[in-house]
Amino acid sequence: MDSIFFITTMALAIAIIIPFYRVAVGPTVYDRILGSGVIGTKTIVLISLVGYLFNRFDMFVDIVLAYALLNFIGVIAIAKYLERKEAQK
Amino acid sequence: MALHDIIGSIFLLSGAFLVLIGSIGVVRFPDFFTRTHASGKCDTLGLALVLLGLAIHEGGTLNTVKLILIAVFIGIANPTATHALARAAFKLGIKPLLSTSKEEKQNDLAD
Repeated sequence: MDSIFFITTMALAIAIIIPFYRVAVGPTVYDRILGSGVIGTKTIVLISLVGYLFNRFDMFVDIVLAYALLNFIGVIAIAKYLERKEAQK
Repeated sequence: MALHDIIGSIFLLSGAFLVLIGSIGVVRFPDFFTRTHASGKCDTLGLALVLLGLAIHEGGTLNTVKLILIAVFIGIANPTATHALARAAFKLGIKPLLSTSKEEKQNDLAD
């Protein structure tokens, strides 16, 4: 059973590295935010899986809950900021 | 391998597969608005499946409730965030790539 958790963690680790290409290359600034948003949401699950592998799942679930909220608010704040910036132009 | 282990691992592996597909989609899609599909939909389901797989494996403790709460929150928050991004991008005048034929694609990128 633990090997399945390990396989999932490896898959998630690879899935986190891939969007860095989009963050680096992304033609528009929105692609970069999208890439970082994708990485943010993936770290949510990676932290909970790593927490499970460290057998301290109680602590990590709370960290994951807080991080999910922060990541969402971050993306919304940046999107709102870019809308306002366009209005001033 | 008890039954709940099997079900949990099915959830986990399918979730991991979807998460991989989501991140590949974010890189390979031709246009920003198509990438929001990969990020908003594919990631959300993949993460929800992995979290539910963990919740099944936890089984009945307080952590299960928290995991299901996170899965529901991501199901609501992730599409909303990508929608806000796509709306901001559209307002700034980024045009979605409507045609896929090669030469029109060049013209779109040119202007």
